Amino acid sequence: MSDPLSGLTGPIVRDDIVPARAPWDAVVRKGQTLRIVDLEGNQAVDFLMYALADDAERYSAQDTMAAQGNIFLRTGSVLLSNEGNPMATVTGTSVAYHDTIGGACSCESNTLRYGHHTKSQHACVENFLQANAKHGRGKRDMVSNINWFMNVPVEADGALGIVDGISAPGLYVDLRAEMDLVAIVSNCPQINNPCNGFNPTPVRMIIAG
Amino acid sequence: MTDTANPYAAQAHARAMAGTRVEAMPTLPASAAGDLPPGVAAEAMIWEETIAPGGYAAKQIDRGARLRLVDLAGDACASMLVFNAERPIERLNVADTLKVQWNAYLGAGKLVLSDMGKVMLSVLEDEAGTHDAFCGASNQKTNAAKYGTGDNWGPHPNARDRFSLALAKFGLGRRDIHPCLNWFKGVRVEDDGSLTPRHGPFAPGRGLTLRAEMDLIVVFANCPHVLDARPAYSVTPLRVSAWRGLVTPADDPLRIATPEGLRAFLNVEAEYSR
Repeated sequence: MSDPLSGLTGPIVRDDIVPARAPWDAVVRKGQTLRIVDLEGNQAVDFLMYALADDAERYSAQDTMAAQGNIFLRTGSVLLSNEGNPMATVTGTSVAYHDTIGGACSCESNTLRYGHHTKSQHACVENFLQANAKHGRGKRDMVSNINWFMNVPVEADGALGIVDGISAPGLYVDLRAEMDLVAIVSNCPQINNPCNGFNPTPVRMIIAG
Repeated sequence: MTDTANPYAAQAHARAMAGTRVEAMPTLPASAAGDLPPGVAAEAMIWEETIAPGGYAAKQIDRGARLRLVDLAGDACASMLVFNAERPIERLNVADTLKVQWNAYLGAGKLVLSDMGKVMLSVLEDEAGTHDAFCGASNQKTNAAKYGTGDNWGPHPNARDRFSLALAKFGLGRRDIHPCLNWFKGVRVEDDGSLTPRHGPFAPGRGLTLRAEMDLIVVFANCPHVLDARPAYSVTPLRVSAWRGLVTPADDPLRIATPEGLRAFLNVEAEYSR
């Protein structure tokens, strides 16, 4: 995609560069498109959504996977809430599939995965907590998230893990909001696995319509 | 005149129900459990309850307690939430449970992890081998689509709304219903990411024994699995029982089985070092 705005219709209401390691949040109105651009390639974008009208209703990875009978998010995937309502649809993406089983990195889970020397490193849960706090939400509002541009295969023997990415510079995903929602993002700061190619980089968030 | 026309008559009528036995009910005291696990003394029992088809139950248990689930008739689906009893803001994290253990499937030897890097439960024994950490709870919409209704007050309750009632009784609410585990009804992930249910039919009496590694609130809903393809609301009673046990010792084989798991135990031990 040579022009990052190509194919978007309506006014551009947000066009932000999210720095490496930073949180981001935005209201996306029903019918608007949120485009996320992986500017430098293989940058995991950890993502949660809450219904604007009732934020006890939020993205549910489990409902989404059960309804589509598949763990991967691809073009056409409908992202469901914990009440079974469509929150957004993946209307297009130039990456083969995205993850919603891997969850978000945290200071605490990093101690298990890599050792206690990682406890003081920045993590996605820290970003989620900070961004959600602006809206009056807290830790109890944390649920399993989406990881755009992250690759988590499951092998035949059950082996599962975050492996080298399948994204590349300039690849994108488009989401059409099916209700008014709040999008909460952590531009993943993880440096201990390949989810960001061991080098967190900026991403671009565009809201159109 | 009916036999409940005045308070004395109504009292006698109510008291005449004492001793009624039905399949789905708790055993009190738990030491009267009719189904003692092998080697467990009656006085060690802290819970025995049969959860009805479509029912729910919750219980606080201490660190070290053993928790046994039995799929009595081969068609139960034990959807489970787990909270730190002292501080319920810490709860089961399904994504971390899979990711930290580098594996998609729960079974004997696996750990159930919290969102604070701690082990909440160890799976000591598993006679089923068919469990699900992907599909989550049914909800009002999924049940209404399949069965016509999904309400708590109707014949086809959904697991999410059962959780909601169970949590309300601990002062928790809709926001606290985190992604759940489904024991007994399994799912496999295929190469293309698709999910294949492993829903039986199964033999009656398959069991699962867990060990509490923290003081916990455990919550169960026993509703048809969200991917259950049968047109009828099909689920059978779930037996849950628990008994007191020793806190996991330093040389426990599950504690030291993996470096990630050992660190999850170390984090629990640090929590209880006060």
